[in-house]
This record gives sequence, C-alpha cells and structure tokens, in this order.
Amino acid sequence: MGLKLKQVVEELDLKVLTGEKLLNREIKGGYTSDLLSWVMSHAKEGSLWVTVQSHQNIVAIASLLDLAGIIVAEGVNVEPKTREKSEQEKVCILTTDKNSFEISGLLYKLGIGS
Amino acid sequence: MKSYKSDKKYLYADRKDKNHKGKFLMSMRFDISGGNLDSAGEASSTIKSKLKQLGIGYSIIRRVAIASYETEMNIVLHANRGTLSVYVAEDHIKIIAVDEGPGIPNVELAMQEGYSTATEQIREMGFGAGMGLPNMKKCSDQFEIHSDIGKGTKVMIVIFF
Ligand SMILES: Nc1ncnc2c1ncn2[C@@H]1O[C@H](COP(=O)(O)OP(=O)(O)OP(=O)(O)O)[C@@H](O)[C@H]1O
Ligand SMILES: [Mg+2]
Repeated sequence: MGLKLKQVVEELDLKVLTGEKLLNREIKGGYTSDLLSWVMSHAKEGSLWVTVQSHQNIVAIASLLDLAGIIVAEGVNVEPKTREKSEQEKVCILTTDKNSFEISGLLYKLGIGS
Repeated sequence: MKSYKSDKKYLYADRKDKNHKGKFLMSMRFDISGGNLDSAGEASSTIKSKLKQLGIGYSIIRRVAIASYETEMNIVLHANRGTLSVYVAEDHIKIIAVDEGPGIPNVELAMQEGYSTATEQIREMGFGAGMGLPNMKKCSDQFEIHSDIGKGTKVMIVIFF
C-alpha cells in the first residue's frame, strides 16, 4: 500500500491549499520539474508533482495526467485563478516553504520512489 | 518538409474524414485562440473526458492527452488561431490541428528536442522547453507536420488502439 496524500501532508507539514476532500488519494510516485513539456512526457499517473510554477496551466497538466497532486514549493504564491481551477478539476494543491530539492528529498525518504 | 499545397495525399486524408463521418464513433472540433493562456488546455481536457466516457483504455488516453495538449499549446503560444479536431474510429484516433500563424521556417529544426523560439516571459512560465513536438511524435503511431511560412501549420497525429 502506497502512502496517501494526507500522510504526506502530516509528515512533511504541508499546507493544503485546495482539495481537502482529495487527501485519501494514494501516491504512486513523484516527479520534480518546472518545464511543463518535461512533466507532460515523464510524470506518471498517480504521481505527486513538485514545482515552483503556479499559473493555472499546472492544473490542466495534473488533471490530464491524473497526477495525485501538486506541491508548489518555495512558498510561491498560487494565483487565485489556479486555485479556482483546481477546485473545479479536483486537483489537490499542497504548498511548502521548502525548496523543490528539499521537499523531493523528503518525499523520497518517506518511500515515494520515482 | 512539404507545404500544404504540395501535399495532395494529406489534404485527401482530411477530406476522406468528412465523407466518412458516419464511420467515426465520435468526432470533436475545438476553436483555439492564440495567446489565450487562461483557457489553454481546456480543449484537451474535454477530449480526455469524452474518451474516458467512451471507455477507452488508460494508456491510449494518456497518449492522446499528451498529443492534444502539446498541439493545443503550440497554437496558443505560437499561432494566431486554429482548430483542434479529434476523430475516434474503430481502430484508431486521429488528431488534426490546423492553425493560422507564422508557420515554421525549418520544421526539421523545430522537431529537435530543446529547440524553441519561445520568449523569456513564456519560458518563465515553464513553456518553451522545446519538447512539445518531440513529445507529440513519441506519442503517435503516425505523425505529419506541414507548415507554410506566413500562413500556418498543420499537424496530424494517428494513434492506433
Ligand atoms: N503551431 C505553430 N506555429 C508556429 N510555430 C510553431 C508551432 N508549433 C511549433 N512551432 C515552432 O517550433 C518550436 C518548437 O516547438 P515545440 O512544441 O517542440 O517547443 P515549444 O513550444 O517552444 O516548447 P514546449 O512545447 O516544450 O513548451 C517552437 O518554439 C516554435 O518556434
Ligand atoms: Mg510546444
């Protein structure tokens, strides 16, 4: 059994920006990148995506690829439009002040492989 | 690479789709406006949910989603306007993207991984890795691209079940 979003939220002290109801979702892997076409071709279904991008297109990508959720790192401010869209598309957005490297390392340590 | 005019076979393929509309399980067409980043990705989302309703398997849906998203984004980012059409047939899905825009002066170059003419501003948003066209090609069983400088670009992608 893989970890669920809510366990990761607790363990890593993430803020749940949107998708409170989606936290039971299982995480099958992880992917870290800010280049959207790389994410598009490499991030797998059920993965948690770490990025510093915050515009609404990240929601479209997460939804198209059925990602488990998005972690917006480095305390980047998520635009209201992105939040709105993530509620509509049922995509969970988590945030952290840690940078992408740190948070990816911590996820890996929790047992989330690639 | 050939332009629209010199490629009769390609135009014929398009026309054939119209004549055989009854043979398709489903066809969809979306107008995409250039520069409109706010609604970018919406056509691809709709395509994906319709295919899901048809009961199409996940790996096919994923390939179609990647291909349609990258074509949609290229129209949004690089062209003035265009249409994205999807035809679902018995044994394949065909995606046709036609746009009015600057066209691509060197298609072979544009097909290379990492080649992009995206502006700094667009790159900051994470676009412009120069991976869109290579991604499309990777996802497709048949891939054709034709561009007429100053007029537009046409992409055709076929994915077999
Ligand atoms: N529809 C189009 N109209 C005009 N130029 C295009 C079109 N599609 C692609 N191009 C040109 O080809 C280049 C490569 O396209 P490609 O999709 O591979 O990368 P990109 O769009 O620049 O970046 P990415 O897709 O990784 O975000 C573009 O930068 C652009 O110059
Ligand atoms: Mg592109």
